[in-house]
Amino acid sequence: MFGVMKVVNLAHGDLAVIGGYVAVGVITVTHIPVLWSFVIVVPLMAVLGYVLQRTVIQAALDRSVLTTLLVTFGLSVVIENGLLQFFSAGSHSLGVDNAIITGAFSIGSQISIAYLLLLIFAVAVVVLLGLQYYLSRSRYGRLIRAVADDKEAAQLSGIDYRHVFGIAAAIAFGTVALAGIAYGMYSQFAPTTGTDTILLFAFAAVVIGGLGSLWGTLLGGVILGVAQAIGAQISGSDEFLAGYIVFLAVLVLRPQGLIARRAQT
Amino acid sequence: MSTAPGGEQEDRAPLLEVRDLTVHHGQLRALDRISLRVAAGEVYAIIGANGAGKSTLLRTIAGLHHPTEGSIRYDGKDVTRMRPERRATSGIAMVPEGRRLFPSLSVEENLQVGATYARPGPWTIERVYEMFPWMRDRRGQAGAQLSGGEQQSVAIGRALVANPRVLLLDELSLGLAPVVVQRIYGMLPQILATGLTVLLVEQDVSQALRVASHLQCLLEGRTTLEGKPADVTPEQVEAAYFGLPGGPGGTGGGQPPVSGGGLGGVVPPEEAQLWSGSTTSSRASWSAACTRCSPAGSR
Repeated sequence: MFGVMKVVNLAHGDLAVIGGYVAVGVITVTHIPVLWSFVIVVPLMAVLGYVLQRTVIQAALDRSVLTTLLVTFGLSVVIENGLLQFFSAGSHSLGVDNAIITGAFSIGSQISIAYLLLLIFAVAVVVLLGLQYYLSRSRYGRLIRAVADDKEAAQLSGIDYRHVFGIAAAIAFGTVALAGIAYGMYSQFAPTTGTDTILLFAFAAVVIGGLGSLWGTLLGGVILGVAQAIGAQISGSDEFLAGYIVFLAVLVLRPQGLIARRAQT
Repeated sequence: MSTAPGGEQEDRAPLLEVRDLTVHHGQLRALDRISLRVAAGEVYAIIGANGAGKSTLLRTIAGLHHPTEGSIRYDGKDVTRMRPERRATSGIAMVPEGRRLFPSLSVEENLQVGATYARPGPWTIERVYEMFPWMRDRRGQAGAQLSGGEQQSVAIGRALVANPRVLLLDELSLGLAPVVVQRIYGMLPQILATGLTVLLVEQDVSQALRVASHLQCLLEGRTTLEGKPADVTPEQVEAAYFGLPGGPGGTGGGQPPVSGGGLGGVVPPEEAQLWSGSTTSSRASWSAACTRCSPAGSR
């Protein structure tokens, strides 16, 4: 959302959590397997993304960039309290009972990798590949890039940038829903998980990788995750510290992020 | 519609009509009751010095600025409140000042974006390639890698593939070498042959006069001169362009002559005086004088 609309979405973590809760709801109602819940959740969230973008977020964008910050912060508060109201403060998770996926394999004696995490990583790579292909080859992808470059020039070519923003938001909400489901499969989530953990780490991953860079974000996430795992090995309480030290180091040494987006001319 | 006697263009309803348009940039009144009528097939040139309001006028017609007063009619319909993208799809295309290509898109992608919501018509990406053969070989390059003149050509192509009825050209010559400007304006007959109407804005007066069928000069947001290029004298144009005293009064806005001191620091009065003195009524020398009085790339 930042890459196209210059919106820093403070509700992004909460949207992932909503994705998780929607999955919980969808599974209880339809009894479809957890792994397939995305088939329903992702389109639902995409529609929500389009609608939110065309209404609340666009209205904020028409005022100023700072307003979008406030509005997404407000959205975040509303979402958290709404979830508290409807689902209580207790935590949920999306248990997967497929034996192959819940297993793990070991490399050497020290490192053990769960198949589930490997699957999530693979899905992330596939989604990024798909996104990249969509953005570079499809008609709407081209329009999204054009609008991100120069909204006014796009209007002069007959493009309704609000609609294009809506499409971009739908994609963002769809992918974040997928992230929420993945999160729910390997961890527990509560109404406040969105800002407490997901948003902070997602933000750190994005900054480490480079703002607006698809693959940079993946790289940032991997680096952050590995740093935390190494930190946890040293001492359990150092897990988060290690992550933030890497974050700080990147900010100092390479503030534009590891994979910097091409400079706008 | 009132018909002016003897004017063959005014007999038909204009394709584009601007009436008493006033536009503010904050407190500044950028346009003050500007009116114009562009008939189908015309090349209508708006000239004027830096800050005269030319670009604002074009951008308002394209829908990028909202007028405080006045109306814009296109093809018989009031489009004053229409969104810019709707105006574009209904046939008003603009080549914006400074080209404004999408820098991260390739040449071909820029053209494809222009063609996304195209009206039916003669212009296709293929036809643009025929007009600018170099473009086909470099269609994969990013817009940002092209020279200024090449970018301008792509920007024109991007507007053309939408198959507009009215093409708005904002300062085509800005920041380009004279020889490149000549070449780009040399394409205009080819473009007009497909039945387009052109409304262009130029600081380069001699260039505008070469191509225009109708001329309107703006000064500080007002019309100071209007007419066919053949009917106006160089002295009139110069007086209208700079708001010099002693020039024959403008026909359009009833603008009182601005004294030499009121030039907004563009030209010192004594220099302006010098130009007046050196200008004769012969067409050749007047075009030379006007090349001098249009500071190219002065933004």
